Amino acid sequence: MSVDLTLKIGGEAGQGMQTIGYVLSKAFARGGFHLFANQDYMSRIRGGHNFFQIRVKGEPVYALSEEVDILIALDEATVEIHRPELKEKGVIIFDGEHIDISGQPPHLLSVPLERLAREEGGNKLFSNSVAVGAALGVLDYKFDILAGVLKETFGKRGEEIVQNNVKAARAGYDFTRENYKDSQFSPLESGQGNKKMLISGNEALSLGAMAAGCKFIAAYPMTPSTGIITYLAGKAREFGLVAEQAEDEIAAINMAIGASFAGVRAMVATSGGGFSLMVEALGLVGMTETPLVIIEAQRPGPSTGLPTRTAQADLEFVLYASQGEFPRAIFAPATAEDAFWSVVKAFNLAEKYQVPVIIMSDQHLADSYRTCHKFDLTKVKIERGIISDAELTKIKDYRRHRFTPSGVSPRALPSQKGRIVITDSDEHDEDGHLTEDLEMGKKMVQKRLKKIEALATEIEPPQVYPHKNAQIILIGWGSTYGALREAVDILIDQGVDVSLMHFQEIWPFPTQFVTSVLSKAKQSFCIENNATGQLARIIRAETGKQVTGKILKFDGRPFSSQYIITELKKKKG
Amino acid sequence: MVTIDDYQGQVTAWCPGCGNFGIIEALKKALVNLKLEPHQVLIVSGIGQASKLPHYMRCNTFNGLHGRILPVATGAKVANQELVVIGVGGDGDNYGEGGNHFLHAIRRNIDITLLVHNNKVYGLTKGQASPTSDLGFVTRVQPQGVISSSFNPLSLAISQDAGFVSRGWSGDIDHLSWLIKQAIQHKGFSLVDTLQPCVTFNKKNTYRWYKERVYKLAEEYDPTDRLAAFERAQEWGDKIPIGIFYRKQKPTFEDQLAALKKGPLFRQKLDPSQLKPLLETLS
Repeated sequence: MSVDLTLKIGGEAGQGMQTIGYVLSKAFARGGFHLFANQDYMSRIRGGHNFFQIRVKGEPVYALSEEVDILIALDEATVEIHRPELKEKGVIIFDGEHIDISGQPPHLLSVPLERLAREEGGNKLFSNSVAVGAALGVLDYKFDILAGVLKETFGKRGEEIVQNNVKAARAGYDFTRENYKDSQFSPLESGQGNKKMLISGNEALSLGAMAAGCKFIAAYPMTPSTGIITYLAGKAREFGLVAEQAEDEIAAINMAIGASFAGVRAMVATSGGGFSLMVEALGLVGMTETPLVIIEAQRPGPSTGLPTRTAQADLEFVLYASQGEFPRAIFAPATAEDAFWSVVKAFNLAEKYQVPVIIMSDQHLADSYRTCHKFDLTKVKIERGIISDAELTKIKDYRRHRFTPSGVSPRALPSQKGRIVITDSDEHDEDGHLTEDLEMGKKMVQKRLKKIEALATEIEPPQVYPHKNAQIILIGWGSTYGALREAVDILIDQGVDVSLMHFQEIWPFPTQFVTSVLSKAKQSFCIENNATGQLARIIRAETGKQVTGKILKFDGRPFSSQYIITELKKKKG
Repeated sequence: MVTIDDYQGQVTAWCPGCGNFGIIEALKKALVNLKLEPHQVLIVSGIGQASKLPHYMRCNTFNGLHGRILPVATGAKVANQELVVIGVGGDGDNYGEGGNHFLHAIRRNIDITLLVHNNKVYGLTKGQASPTSDLGFVTRVQPQGVISSSFNPLSLAISQDAGFVSRGWSGDIDHLSWLIKQAIQHKGFSLVDTLQPCVTFNKKNTYRWYKERVYKLAEEYDPTDRLAAFERAQEWGDKIPIGIFYRKQKPTFEDQLAALKKGPLFRQKLDPSQLKPLLETLS
């Protein structure tokens, strides 16, 4: 029987849902399962309602499900809010000594979480581990795997803490095995694990930057991008990079520009509000042709918006940001694995073409965990596009912004002996000196825009799944990939002739490819986490093709396949 | 042997008689005096008449955005600590648009020199008040005279314990050149606020006005006494002191970055396979 289980842990901020969720996720991944997990949290430190949900499958899983098998309720609100999502055979795990819930077994499993935590661990703080044990008890999952994960997770805090957590988990596990006699779940047999990684979007983006040799990141904390500088700052000493928390986003991007100009791979990470502050410097990148990678992790706006929720409403902003015209590349990774490789490629393109490359993430991608194969680091190729000292000595009169057939000028670094490097935010001549010669200005605009031609050939066209010749094409970009792919699988099973065209690299726009796919389709639908259909508009602008319809969601939560299918059925007629 | 001619740049577009001429000459002299070659020096500037300075010299130049001199200079210095990094811009650049960066550059104590051309007026945009304009200074945008108090960069820097706080005067090139040299040699963030007349837009703080008031801090003056320095920084009016007001050796930003212990960041390579252990911890 194929495994497809969803566990949800709900409670107030500060109750440790994330730790429970992460430990459970890791335990499933270790047992050889695929999983997708995400968190839904409010912008507060204590109280409110937060949850963490995990979907476990035997085969790769790309998205969440709306139906829940096991609900771990750390407070009464969780039961009220999420009970309707419970499957028929589902169960709610809760502490009946502290929460009063009406209902009938086998759907309710009261576990004395706090009491067992005190008895076994010596402190009610261990009740989360009791809950994890209880959940895995329901599934009759191998306890040793959980013990191993707890040991790793709490190892840094000392052996006593580890032992107390293990004892508490064991108590929850045993309690369930003894008391939950009418389980509707078949035992979850673990297999060979260990080959897969469990990784979040932010971790993958950070690791991608490190693999690409990024040596400098500057950022001002802003949800949901903060995880990136946090991760990199934690590795700075060991891996020889500098992670600086700047005084504001303006400083962050200008620092990164300075670092890049002086020769290191540099990056910034922010969300829409911070990117707004960076826009002037984005133009500086374009004008001075200084390579830069920018990660923009979207959340609902405008203004402060909903800090901890997800959205895809910054695409047009990022595409058109800054005065003037200059080339840029925009990526929108679909999964954590994709995120890793997109950063590696972003650094190469940024340096090869001396342009800004913007990676569009969002809260859903940033905070979700997914299992994937370990990244093959031997496939990481680094193309710097900096001319060597030897090459430089051959150039008699070095000019930073020299006209070339491709528009890409030889890039030397300040400090290379005998040569100086000059650049300017003003329009400049080939040397980099400020100019008001209008003919020169025009040629410089053309030179910079010329780079688009070659840059465009590097862009990967959207992924079409499973084939190009379907009657109905669903179109998406970035983090919606999983829900869309799953929706397509389900629809095909139901006999619908449908495929997915999914953009992971959006700009320069792959016009020819998209035109050809859309020309063949009878109907096309853009599915986006925004209120107006931004990609749909870009497609219209670039190909002249109008999509048949749009499925838009802008409530701060990600799509599920169920949602897409229901909405599509209403629209396609 | 490096000479002034090595630093010869383009023809300037400054007004005849501009205080900038004294400053650029003092800067070139200081660099030659320090035997620095143009490829060893990076000038980061912003926008304004002062920020055009590097085009009129010959050395590595990043002429960036208005107000963003210090962040760009910071990034460049972190990437290559062997470069002598000098920030150049006016009072608008550094105390107006870039005020926040000024505060944080002091906190970081990164080893860069900030040379502020302080003419107490906006030149490039034609004569509006600057953060350092005197109270009552009348312009077309401030027709009733400036009503916000004049920003005092020296007392701010001293109050925040900046490691090198000085004031120069474009009318005394030798003294200014000496100051710039001291500032470059100082390990850490150094401020050279330089008074200069704007012959076109500032009819109050003229050459003559400064000449009658400026005096050098006495040789007995002790620049390590922070409270005395703060007190001296308040002096403005009939007498205006120039010189090194305050100095203190503190660990620099670069000194404290573990990654820079192995040499300049831009020379360090990273082998992607070094990440293997990190991937292990995720599985």
